[in-house]
Amino acid sequence: MTDAVDVTLTINGERRALRIAPFETLLTSLRDRLGLTAAKRGCNQGVCGACSVLMDGRPARACLSLAADCVDQDITTVEGLSTPLALSPLQAAMVRAGAIQCGFCTPGMLISLTALLQECPQPTRDDIRTAISGNICRCTGYQKIVEAVVDMIAASAA
Amino acid sequence: MNTIHTAVGHSFDRLDAAEKATGQAQYVDDLYRPGMLHGAVLGSTHVHARIRGYKLDAARAIPGVAAIVTGEDFRASRTGAFCKDEVPLARGKTIYLGEPVAAIAARDPESAWRAAHAIDIDYEPLPTVLTIDEALAADAPLVHEDLANYVKIAPSFSQGNVLWQCRVEEGDINAAWAQCDVVVEDVFETAAQHHMYMEPCGALAEVDRSGRLTIWSSCQSVHLVQQRVAEWLAIPMGRIRALAPKIGGGFGGKGGLHVQHLAAALALRTGRPVKIVLSRVEDFEMVRSRHPARIVMKTGAKRDGTLFAREASILLDGGAYADESPAVLSFAVLMARGPYRIPHLRSRGSVVYTNKLKASAFRGFGNPQVTFAGESHIDRIAEQLGIHPVDLRLRNAVDAGDRWVGGQTLPACGLRKCLTKLRSAVEGAPALAPPAPKRRRGIGYSAFTHISGLLSTACNIYLRSDGSVAVNTGVVDIGQGSDTALTQICADALMLAPDRISFASPDSDSSPWNWKTAASRVTYMAGRVVLAASLEVRDKIVRQAAEIMECAVEDLEIRPGGLVGLKGVSGQSIGFGQIASHAINRLGGPIMGASSLLFDGERMDPKRALVEGFAFGNIGAYIFGAQAVEAEVDEVTGAMRVLRVWSAHDVGRAINPRMVEGQIQGGFVQGMGYALTEEM
Repeated sequence: MTDAVDVTLTINGERRALRIAPFETLLTSLRDRLGLTAAKRGCNQGVCGACSVLMDGRPARACLSLAADCVDQDITTVEGLSTPLALSPLQAAMVRAGAIQCGFCTPGMLISLTALLQECPQPTRDDIRTAISGNICRCTGYQKIVEAVVDMIAASAA
Repeated sequence: MNTIHTAVGHSFDRLDAAEKATGQAQYVDDLYRPGMLHGAVLGSTHVHARIRGYKLDAARAIPGVAAIVTGEDFRASRTGAFCKDEVPLARGKTIYLGEPVAAIAARDPESAWRAAHAIDIDYEPLPTVLTIDEALAADAPLVHEDLANYVKIAPSFSQGNVLWQCRVEEGDINAAWAQCDVVVEDVFETAAQHHMYMEPCGALAEVDRSGRLTIWSSCQSVHLVQQRVAEWLAIPMGRIRALAPKIGGGFGGKGGLHVQHLAAALALRTGRPVKIVLSRVEDFEMVRSRHPARIVMKTGAKRDGTLFAREASILLDGGAYADESPAVLSFAVLMARGPYRIPHLRSRGSVVYTNKLKASAFRGFGNPQVTFAGESHIDRIAEQLGIHPVDLRLRNAVDAGDRWVGGQTLPACGLRKCLTKLRSAVEGAPALAPPAPKRRRGIGYSAFTHISGLLSTACNIYLRSDGSVAVNTGVVDIGQGSDTALTQICADALMLAPDRISFASPDSDSSPWNWKTAASRVTYMAGRVVLAASLEVRDKIVRQAAEIMECAVEDLEIRPGGLVGLKGVSGQSIGFGQIASHAINRLGGPIMGASSLLFDGERMDPKRALVEGFAFGNIGAYIFGAQAVEAEVDEVTGAMRVLRVWSAHDVGRAINPRMVEGQIQGGFVQGMGYALTEEM
């Protein structure tokens, strides 16, 4: 086995120094070392999207990223999307629309949708569907997730 | 009784939604305990093989390994809900590929996984049984040689690889065929499906100094976890406390044990907390699936479209262990008539053992398979008779007052309304642009029925000294939102805002018995006990208030916001807090309500129907629905696309309409996956 490496990751604006195995995934570093458990281990093979994080604003699979490869990027997890006192408008819209059932896919959905809205503040329904096409939800049938974003845009335009 | 409409019928935000939206919600894999070890499970590499021995030295030599358990370490008898055939880890032989054969605890997940895969098991391969036909062949190898000696909860035929048989008959089927003008007969086959809850199965077990276990797990019932772990570890139930953190979906797949007993056994061995979370692949291989089915169905009707006779012969592939197969089979047999008046019925079935992953409860519980067959037949008959498929369904739809198979009276039925509304929605919808060349479109209809009432459940409620309310049911919210719906029912009865009510997280130490979150039963069954216990609390509040205010109970009313006042006199009121404090300190003791319930619907009438091998006690509370789908098929590739969907459901009174919509939408998409894309 290879020795440990020292890395410093930038997560939700904070610098975090870790000594990790070179093959450790970002998901393991986040969950098992840093206590940031919002990103979920749903499949650990890049299929389900529950582990999604933002890397320099773009969605990425934490389970397929080696932590040692992520030292130059700004990483945002769902813990970084809201303040302790207030939900982000997207989070609030998901709550209101009934877009959350078991909630296990929700962090990944929020990451993909946050990235979409940063790139395209007025997405169409098709844009929304495309943005979450890499996030599996087994409970909701996706309808209310799409509606949450549509409602949020309509409310902010009103 | 007063009918109060405050909280019920409103789409409150789910109680746990904000917690889930911020990533704070904790599922079992998000829990970490001091000194915690990580577990791994080794699956068998053979479909069917005798286990001749274990070589554990290489695994033990891996640094950080703390304990290894194999089937030889569990001496408890076989257990199971209907047929006691299951062992905690394969013992003597393994009977499906991936069956857990050993479990390991180590200091980190990688060491545990490497150690598990360093175990060398000496297997002697045996002939396999992989299909229903192979299982039923005259000289088939036996999956369970000792089946005749297994304990079963009800009498049923079982022999060879046939685990269970069930039969329901009404009318005179043999004479009926001659009176039919049209008869269709087909064979329908359906495939296995994985539950694919987003959260893989996992458990964390911890043992205290006295040897008492605490088990957090992804489950559908803390009480069943407590009971089954106690059986498999051969320890008293009181030495186990089962808890449920947030659950990332279940759909039936987490209704029985998965790794709880393994985490518990390893925790007892090491004296340290042990967490086991299955990988997605292990979860697919080790947990459970929906039953593959082969259904031979024959349906006959009169020329005017009156359905007259149906015969269904159902074969389910139950896989390696019984689990809930006898009940799934029984329910399929019962539901094969569909929601129609068919006077002559013979429905029977067998579930067989094969050397495959065990099949068990999965959303619908045997009903989707037979409904697929039955509804296909309704369409074939409609086509042959030149009747619109909705008209044929309407002509034969059951109604309130009708008898169900077995003779139970239907107290209410919205099926006709569902079909009528569905048809107007479809016919009123704007036409889509015509399909591209080489693509064809069609609209298909279906109707269905299901149950919500079975088995038992309980609730206790008490009033705190500040007038807020504590509700405890033991019900596990597996993601569908029952915590919120049940809170609304209590809030409604006591005219309180839902935020004045706390809903206890299920805990086998303190929560009253609840069978499980399954069979679409929680809102109906637990809802009834929550309502009954709330009304008991309400009565006691009013009686206590009468003592304080020195007036008659009849002169008092409860008012929104936790007040009791004099009828017709505004302002003359006292609060629930003052009432609770008075009870606690001066008169009568704390105000509490409790209710327990075993499903109390009408029972089957043995004089009306022949029923054999039926694995349930009493079930009922039928619900109805109808759906339509507009789909497009590519004539060249065969690719299918669903373009539009209409759903009409008789849900009774919706406690939280938006959550009901979420169940319908989510259930539809899961069913669409079952029909069109999923396989395993």
